[in-house]
Amino acid sequence: MPTKEKFSLFHFINYAVFALITLICLFPFYYLFINTISNNDLSSRGLVMFYPKGIHFTNYMDVFKIPGLGQAALMSVGRTVIGTVLTVAASAFLGYLFTKQMWGRKFWYRFLVITMYFNAGLIPWYLTMLNLGLTNNFAAYVLPFIVQPFFIILVKTFVESTPIALQESAQIDGAGYFKVFTSIILPLITPILATIAIFSSVTQWNSFTDTLFLVTDQKLFTLQFILYRYMNEATSIAQLMKQSTGAMDLDLANMATPTSIRTTVSMVVVLPILLVYPFFQRFFVKGIMIGAVKG
Amino acid sequence: MDINTVNTPIVDAQSPKRLRNNDKYRLFLMAVPFLFLAFLFSYLPLYGWIYAFYDYRPGIPLSASEFMGFDWFTSMISNEIQRQEVLRVLRNTFAISSLNIATSVLPVIFAVFLVELRSTRFKKIVQTLTTLPNFISWVLVYSFAFMLFSVDNGFLNNLLLDLGWISKPLNILASDDHTWMAMTLWSIWKGLGWGAIMYIAAITGIDQEIYEAARVDGAGRFRLMWHVTVPGIMPTFFVLLLLSIGNFINNGMEQFYVFQNAMNTNHIEVLDLYVYNIGMTNSNFGFATAVSMLKSLVSLFLLFVANTMSKVIRGDSIF
Repeated sequence: MPTKEKFSLFHFINYAVFALITLICLFPFYYLFINTISNNDLSSRGLVMFYPKGIHFTNYMDVFKIPGLGQAALMSVGRTVIGTVLTVAASAFLGYLFTKQMWGRKFWYRFLVITMYFNAGLIPWYLTMLNLGLTNNFAAYVLPFIVQPFFIILVKTFVESTPIALQESAQIDGAGYFKVFTSIILPLITPILATIAIFSSVTQWNSFTDTLFLVTDQKLFTLQFILYRYMNEATSIAQLMKQSTGAMDLDLANMATPTSIRTTVSMVVVLPILLVYPFFQRFFVKGIMIGAVKG
Repeated sequence: MDINTVNTPIVDAQSPKRLRNNDKYRLFLMAVPFLFLAFLFSYLPLYGWIYAFYDYRPGIPLSASEFMGFDWFTSMISNEIQRQEVLRVLRNTFAISSLNIATSVLPVIFAVFLVELRSTRFKKIVQTLTTLPNFISWVLVYSFAFMLFSVDNGFLNNLLLDLGWISKPLNILASDDHTWMAMTLWSIWKGLGWGAIMYIAAITGIDQEIYEAARVDGAGRFRLMWHVTVPGIMPTFFVLLLLSIGNFINNGMEQFYVFQNAMNTNHIEVLDLYVYNIGMTNSNFGFATAVSMLKSLVSLFLLFVANTMSKVIRGDSIF
């Protein structure tokens, strides 16, 4: 805790160390960004190190000419939006139901919580998905995420902390459970739903392994998956680019290179997170602290 | 309608006795679709454990597969080659998990020193920017690693060559030296700021009067940190430590999958990645399921151990 005293050596060192840690966290993002807007030739030779050189923004135009990238962006956005909406709605409703006298409430609550700590393992899970017809199927991106015990615990805890009198008065006026949920509970629990929406959308946007396990159909590839593939086969991608831009592109210095494609796609993947990040920051602590409560 | 004049029975979670009977079932029916989904994705796969007892190949129905009994399990120990493999993978898992647990004090140190910063604004900036890496995917982390440490024109190699510290580029990503350490460092880079949030919240909750009292008794800055702040966040640290013990053999696979290459596979293959490699890549479903199964059981056992330890030491369970 800050004590009232003059600026000492301790503070100087403390500030310096934290400044350094912050720089280390931030530098990769900065380095990525300056490389996407610099002269592609210099960038691919690793000569853009601390500040951009020969600024141009054509990479961002060019990258969407790559066949399949627009489709991948659509997939990523689609699964994030649909998945988040469904997850938030289900968490809210189920969390609310668990505060009521449901038949077998305790048992079903345990039934859900156990799944947080125990799973059958990758292969049995994969074979189940296979048998359910959830390979090469968009539903596989959304369905498994709908019921998440952790979020349900968050909502349940939150609903229990709201004054019960509000619900009672609505019920006296003849509102059923569902009506109470939509008109009383939902407005009350908006803050926790915002937290859930953030965690859920980041998870969806960053999700990579489910595509790896379940998808072979190019149409369903997400941006994360495409990026992973470009990391490993950038040279052939550059060939693709040359064909697709063809003789139109006379600007040799800024022709697409494997490096320019890798960095630009990386930037496209990280940009949405950077854009919404400042807004959702204030929800962290609340979400974590409520999550610290036992299930 | 005036609330005070009405005397209808009130339905709520606090007064179960007055509940109309069919309401219980109505509520349950509303929950059924969701419970069914949970069953589908978490409980139904348990049936798949049966594959651990067969020599199952994709495309051939289970009924036509050869029954193996416990052969997959015994082969882990009796078969020399397989035993070496399993031991290697276990060694990696234990090494990386141990390193992660050993470095789990870093967020504590981070939080303890962060609250000593006097400028609220600087504190906020530091917190915001150090939390950011937690929200990007491992694929993107790999992309960063590639740009910074790549052997051809990566940032670090170019910098060191310019400075004349090295004469030829280091191939950091495709080497098997210090793989465990590298993985741990990336985990720290990604998780340090995020891990500190909880401790910072815990420090904010410490009663200011304790600090005052200690100050009156003549405690200096470091004394305050050591005797007031640190004990104040110990319970939080302890719970998280036990949770990480419970997850000792679940390293996850994404991080190791993206960093995996032909050179470093010897030290990067943790259990989760190994199961993927033998099951999904080599289609050896039977053996992979057997490994999965043991993994699930062991981690369940570890959770119980962690929980029991918590009960004994703190008098309170985690779960």
